[in-house]
Parts: sequence; structure tokens; C-alpha cells
Amino acid sequence: MTSVVSARGLGLTFKTGDGDVQALSDVNLDINRGEFVSFIGPSGCGKTTFLRVIADLEQPTAGSITVNGTSPADARLNRSYGYVFQAPALLPWRTIDRNVGLPLEIMGYGDSAARVSKALDLVNLTGFEKKFPWQLSGGMQQRASIARALAFDADLLLMDEPFGALDEIVRDHLNSELLKLWARTEKTIAFVTHSIPEAVYLSTKIVVMSPRPGRVTDIIDSPLPRERPLDIRETPEFLAIAARVRDGLRAGHSYEE
Amino acid sequence: MKRQLTGLQRALAAFAGGFALLALIFEFASTEGAPLPVWEFPLAGTFLVLGVLAIGRIWFQLPLFIDGALSVLGAVALLLALDTLQMAGPGYWFALVSTWMFAWLFVEQLAASIRAGRTSPTLGMLIPVVFGLSLLLIWEIIVRAASVPMVLLPPPSMIWTRILTSLPTLTADFLQTFKAVLAGFALGCGSGFIVAILVDRSPFLKRGLLPIGNFVSALPIIGIAPIMVMWFGFDWPSKAAVVVAMTFFPMLVNTVAGLNASSSIERDLMRTYAASYWETLLKLRLPAAAPFIFNALKINSTLALIGAIVAEFFGTPIVGMGFRISTEVGKLNIDLVWAEIAVAAVAGSAFYGVIALIERAVTFWHPSVRGGRT
Ligand SMILES: Nc1ncnc2c1ncn2[C@@H]1O[C@H](COP(=O)(O)OP(=O)(O)OP(=O)(O)O)[C@@H](O)[C@H]1O
Ligand SMILES: [Mg+2]
Repeated sequence: MTSVVSARGLGLTFKTGDGDVQALSDVNLDINRGEFVSFIGPSGCGKTTFLRVIADLEQPTAGSITVNGTSPADARLNRSYGYVFQAPALLPWRTIDRNVGLPLEIMGYGDSAARVSKALDLVNLTGFEKKFPWQLSGGMQQRASIARALAFDADLLLMDEPFGALDEIVRDHLNSELLKLWARTEKTIAFVTHSIPEAVYLSTKIVVMSPRPGRVTDIIDSPLPRERPLDIRETPEFLAIAARVRDGLRAGHSYEE
Repeated sequence: MKRQLTGLQRALAAFAGGFALLALIFEFASTEGAPLPVWEFPLAGTFLVLGVLAIGRIWFQLPLFIDGALSVLGAVALLLALDTLQMAGPGYWFALVSTWMFAWLFVEQLAASIRAGRTSPTLGMLIPVVFGLSLLLIWEIIVRAASVPMVLLPPPSMIWTRILTSLPTLTADFLQTFKAVLAGFALGCGSGFIVAILVDRSPFLKRGLLPIGNFVSALPIIGIAPIMVMWFGFDWPSKAAVVVAMTFFPMLVNTVAGLNASSSIERDLMRTYAASYWETLLKLRLPAAAPFIFNALKINSTLALIGAIVAEFFGTPIVGMGFRISTEVGKLNIDLVWAEIAVAAVAGSAFYGVIALIERAVTFWHPSVRGGRT
């Protein structure tokens, strides 16, 4: 297995007006091809920052990181990842299909129309092509932003709490859709979440983080099969992993008190 | 369905009727010292009697167009009365106030009725029309009934006659001045926009060019206009140069602000696509800047007109709106001055209106235009 993301001793300190904030310290992590890795941890533990470092949107101040064997900057220039932000960030003057087609326009894909309708189909937004983002509900906007990240051929998908604002039912549905999509496309996915069941249900590897300084406290390799029906969440294996994640989160918390 | 009058509407109705009653009681007008009672003016008398009767709305409902009709009747009656009377008496002024209140009451009820969905919104176009006509009427009537000297303020009817008789002059002046307005506006806005992008591209230019732009905009127009005449000659190019100097800076500042209007998450998005500077500019930052740019265009449309007209005060060939105003004032041809002002006002509003319409079409997505949540 080849490593898509490989971080060694990675650290990042933000210099702010009232002192330094250590958002990441000594992170060692490998994400292998085809893995589904979840990042879970309390607010401010550096989950977003870590994804942004992978995406070359932040520069680390310590250690090293490679993406697809190259520097994050080269990986970005090679357009080797798709990023789903915490907010939908759809351009209000573009219809949904033109929003989803935006990366294709910039990257010069020829078969834009076919790709857009395929991506919209994956997130169940067929029929909303000609709507403007502000005519859609928050959940639909977030799905459109996922479709936008799926529209082009990036093997790595970075998702920052994409379902954070959605209700439980829609979330369940999108989770199983995401799993199917992952199985079909064999993408590598890095996924930030606050929900333990979501992390356990989706992931082959769960990274538990804790704040001040932001660091990795536990990395759990999931023994669950890749094929996962929704009711796998009631099995003892599932509950055992969930308990271990919860312990990890609790340990991180007591550390600071 | 019983239509309930609001407090304001009830007060307006009471006052309109009350003033009509006062107008019937007091002396209406006089000629050579002899009083002219209101029944010498049958139309005015009819209006006032109907106006008093309209107080009856306390007991029975009146359709709102009654008030519109009453105000029109009052206005026509008062205008016609002007031809025979020499001195307007208190009764005449009370009748004017009453007419005005009926017009106000009509607009007030019409607006309420549109809000409640009883009347189609297209009738809302009546509101500014009624408002503008009332202003013109009150102007006309006050100026004529109180015999205001023409040099101070001519009545609108006189200005209108002057516009009709001086059409060739007005057209020539308008064409001359608008050449400068349009050329200066296009050049000033265009260069402001281009410099804004240069400034955005290079922080070095930002430090150098922004203060210079600021400096140019701070120059008083009366100071630069004569200099521009020396540089670019008497004809319209020197006026266009003044307009360029006036419109450049608002466009520069607004575009620079607008280019920062896109959110950081949107710019990060473009970065993840490894989009080039120009792609980010074209597909994200310029569309996001459009509301700012249109703001500058709207400000500049009025600035350009003012600049071109004022610049013509400082040496022109013998045509142009500013030239005409400055020379006819000296000859006490005040009605022609007002005719030029009227043309400038209409042309300026039309210019502004066209830009505002284009803005609505281009920035349809902006919450201020679509009237929705962000
Ligand atoms: N641009 C920045 N400048 C200064 N400090 C920052 C910046 N971005 C993040 N931080 C700080 O870094 C720490 C980690 O932030 P980060 O956004 O990665 O947290 P997170 O785990 O994603 O939290 P959440 O679950 O709330 O999204 C926080 O303490 C935050 O205040
Ligand atoms: Mg975050």
C-alpha cells in the first residue's frame, strides 16, 4: 500500500496578537491509498488546520508532510485533491450546475456537462441544476458543494464536517451514499466529524485528537468490513470501537483540566 | 370587507375636510381691493363643498379613488381661478392645503391598499407620479398666486413653454455637454477600474497610486477646469478631462474595496483548484465586486453631469448647458436657465436610472436586490 498523506513530526503554530497558538504539534500519520480516515476531537483541536495543511492552504512550521509523494504545494498544483469546506461556499451568481462545473471550467475538462450531471446524481440533486444556491436549503447547498468536489478526478477527498449542519435522517442517508461512493470510486477520503457513530460507521481508520496543543492522541484501525449496512451500528464490534473513541476523547479532555 | 382607516388617514381626512370648510368661510380672493367670494369660482366652490361632504366617510366608506378625484378637481379649480383673481385670499390658501391633503390621503390609502394586496402593485407607479405632480402644482400655484417675481422663481408652466420654444438651443446644448459627460464618464470609470486592478496586482503600486488618486480627487473642480481648458482647448475634450478627474477616484476606491469582497473561503476554494490569478479574478473576485462597481457607476453618473456643466463656466464655445446657464443668468433670462436645469435633471435621472436597471440585471443574486437572506 502506498501512502497518500504522510506526516512526520508535523507542527503548526499560529502567531497571533495575544501570543502563539499551537494548532498542531508532533503529528505523525500515514493515510494509505483507498483508506477512509476520520478525524474526531473537541473544537479547536486542529482538525481543520490539519486538512488545510494537506491542501496547502496553511504552511506547517515544523516537521514534514508529503501528499501523493510530493509536497502539498505540488499536489495542489496537480489538482490531486477535492476539498469540501465546512460551509458550502457556492457562488451566488452561478446556478447549481455552473457551480458544480466551476472546477471543470478552471481545469479545462471537455466533458463538463456529463460530469456535472453525474456528480449531481451522486448527491441526489438531479432536477436542481438551474436553481441558484440561495433557492436551496442548507443541506442541499452542502450536497451541491460535495458534488462540486466529486466532479473532477481527484483521488483524494478532504471533507471538513460536510454533514455537520444536517439532520440525523439526511445524515444517515448521505453517510451510506458516501460509503457506496467511496467503494465505487476507490478514492482516499479524509473526513472531519464531531460525531462518534459517524466516524466509526464510515472509517477504516479513526484519528482521535485533543486540543492545546492540537495533537493526535489515538489512531484506531477499524476491524469492520468495508461493506457496511446501516444496522452494523448495533453490533458489538461497532460499539467496542465507539467506546474506545469515547475513551480517547475523554482522556484528551481530562489532560487539560 | 370593512376597510379600517389608520390614525394618520383619519387625521388627514379630517384636516382635508376642515380646510375645505375654512376655505368656504374665509375670503377667497380679491380684485382691485374688492373681495371675490368663492361662488365667483364655480369649480372651486364645487370642490370645496364636495371636500366638506367627504367628512361623511366617518359614517360610510368612500372608495379611495374619490380622494384622488377630489385632489385633481381641486388642483384644476385652483389653477383656473388663477386666471381671474388678482390677490389670493386666505380662503384660496386653505383650499390649496385641502387639495394637497386629499392628494396625500389618496397616496397614503393607495400604498396601504397595495401592501394589503387589495390593489395591484402596478398602480404603485401612481405614487411617485402623484407626488411629482403635487410638487409642480404647489410650485405653480404658490408662485403665481403670491406673484413671486420671475427672476426669483418662474412657475413650471413658464419653464415648460420655454422648453418648447427653445428646443433647438436646448438640444444643441445637451448634445455638446453630454459628449463631455459620456466621454469623461467612460474614460474616468474605465481608467479607475484598470488602475484598481493594477493596484490589486502590486502592493507597490498600491502605496504609490492610491495617494495620488486621493490627491487628484481632492483638487477643487474650479481649480482644474481652467487648467484643463489650457491643456485640451475650449471644446468638449477639456470638459471631459474634468469629468475624468472627478470620476476616476470613486471608481478606483470602490473597485479596490469590491475586489476584497469575496470571502476567504471562496478564495481558498479557487486556490484548491490551482486557479490562476486571472481566473480567480474573472470567475470569483470581479463578480463579487459588481455591487461595489455599480455603486461607483451610480455615484459617477451624477458627478459627471455636475463636473461637465460646472466646467463649462470656464471658457467654452458658445454652446453647452453650463455655458448657457452662466450667460443667461447674466441676461436675466431665468426661465431659460430653469429650462436647462430641467433638461439636466431629466437627463441625469435617466442616466442614473439606466445604470440602476443594468445593476439589477447583473447583481440579481445580491441579497439587496433579491430581497432575501444571505
Ligand atoms: N488563521 C488562524 N490564525 C490564528 N489561529 C488560528 C487560525 N486558524 C485556526 N487557529 C487556531 O488553531 C486552533 C485549531 O483550529 P482548527 O480550526 O483547526 O480547529 P478544529 O479542530 O477544526 O475546530 P472545530 O471543530 O471547531 O472546527 C484553534 O485554537 C484556532 O483558534
Ligand atoms: Mg474545523
